Amino acid sequence: MAAGIVNLTDATFDETIQASDKPIIVDFWADWCGPCKMIAPILGEIAAEHADSITVAKLNVDENPEMGMRFGVQSIPTLLVFQNGTLAKRMVGAKGKGQMLQELSEFLGTSH
Amino acid sequence: MSHHHVLIIGSGPAGLTAAIYTARANLAPLVIEGEPSSTSDQPGGQLMLTTEVENFPGFPDGIMGPELMMKFREQAARFGATYVTTKVTKIETGQRPFVVHTHNEVYTADAVIIATGAQSLMLGLEAESRLLGHGLSTCATCDGFFFRGQDIAVVGGGDSALEEAMFLTKFANTVTLVVRRDVLRASKIMQDRAMANPKMKFLWNHQVVDLKGQDKLEGAVVRNTKTGEQSNLDITGIFIAIGHVPNTGLFSGILDMEDSGYLITRPGSTYTNIDGVFACGDVQDHTYRQAITAAGSGCMAAIDAERWLEAHH
Repeated sequence: MAAGIVNLTDATFDETIQASDKPIIVDFWADWCGPCKMIAPILGEIAAEHADSITVAKLNVDENPEMGMRFGVQSIPTLLVFQNGTLAKRMVGAKGKGQMLQELSEFLGTSH
Repeated sequence: MSHHHVLIIGSGPAGLTAAIYTARANLAPLVIEGEPSSTSDQPGGQLMLTTEVENFPGFPDGIMGPELMMKFREQAARFGATYVTTKVTKIETGQRPFVVHTHNEVYTADAVIIATGAQSLMLGLEAESRLLGHGLSTCATCDGFFFRGQDIAVVGGGDSALEEAMFLTKFANTVTLVVRRDVLRASKIMQDRAMANPKMKFLWNHQVVDLKGQDKLEGAVVRNTKTGEQSNLDITGIFIAIGHVPNTGLFSGILDMEDSGYLITRPGSTYTNIDGVFACGDVQDHTYRQAITAAGSGCMAAIDAERWLEAHH
């Protein structure tokens, strides 16, 4: 896993989301999902390049089925962005870095 | 702007096999592999959205599509292929070297190998974009897991449809295959397996005409193709596997193609109508469309390109 990415579980999810002072992107993924693997390096880059404005986290839905059910995740990868402890944005499906940054622009500060 | 002997557009079995061969011939190919997507022409090609591949030689126990493509990619990288994860936006073939544009860069190349493949057709319903990822899926491996114990449907009658349907029976309560005709296009072995699977149901002579639900799929409306009669299908998930279209929009007006959009190659070769531009894989094949045939034609394109470069440079 890339440095700077927080690994969440069903047990640590709420606590981490509530405690985060920055917007936090949660990548719902699994090992058997090809598109999830395609976006993993992109999320690593985003985590490194925008560490001051956002936190990137991931949650393995295979090992942690509860959170996916709570948020109605029916397709992976799904990216959920939480701000101030509440769900602020939902992105479904793999995308290129350019499009991902564009959709996340509201959370990345004024430079983007 | 950087210059390359060989530039390969696309990274499915055809593009990556062309990369393995041209890399081993010391041509240091650049592969423009595409952009991640869950629905269309993603890096790794169509196998990235599929499940178990049982008919690729060398894997007696089968292998997952995404894993197979990761292996292809590593193998080409080992011999010096490099990758750019973006899409080609424009290609200029009126001059030498050829010029290939992406979102952010411009590349030149002595030879270009086109392996952009094909992508899944969608149903063309308005509700599709709303429900994609909310009960409607194009990726059984990705999403099957979320339909545990549910009643779901797969649309299509070919091998891909049956492979998806059979995979989904591992999770779902029932899987209804919605087939437009009263026969399947799929291979005999797949048909026999599907018929023998107690979780499989078949809805013959029907097509999906609408999807119900706002935030979440709540059912489908199907029409009998013989009588025109409409009825509701009570499902919470639907997977689409009705066929493919070639990814050739980029080449219209440049390369010769059939009315259906498939590129035309000189019989027995991968030569297109432009000298130095080669095409391989599903982008020029609507007959076989297998990972192994795509890989085979990728090898042909690499050898054609290598010999053409030797003769012309």
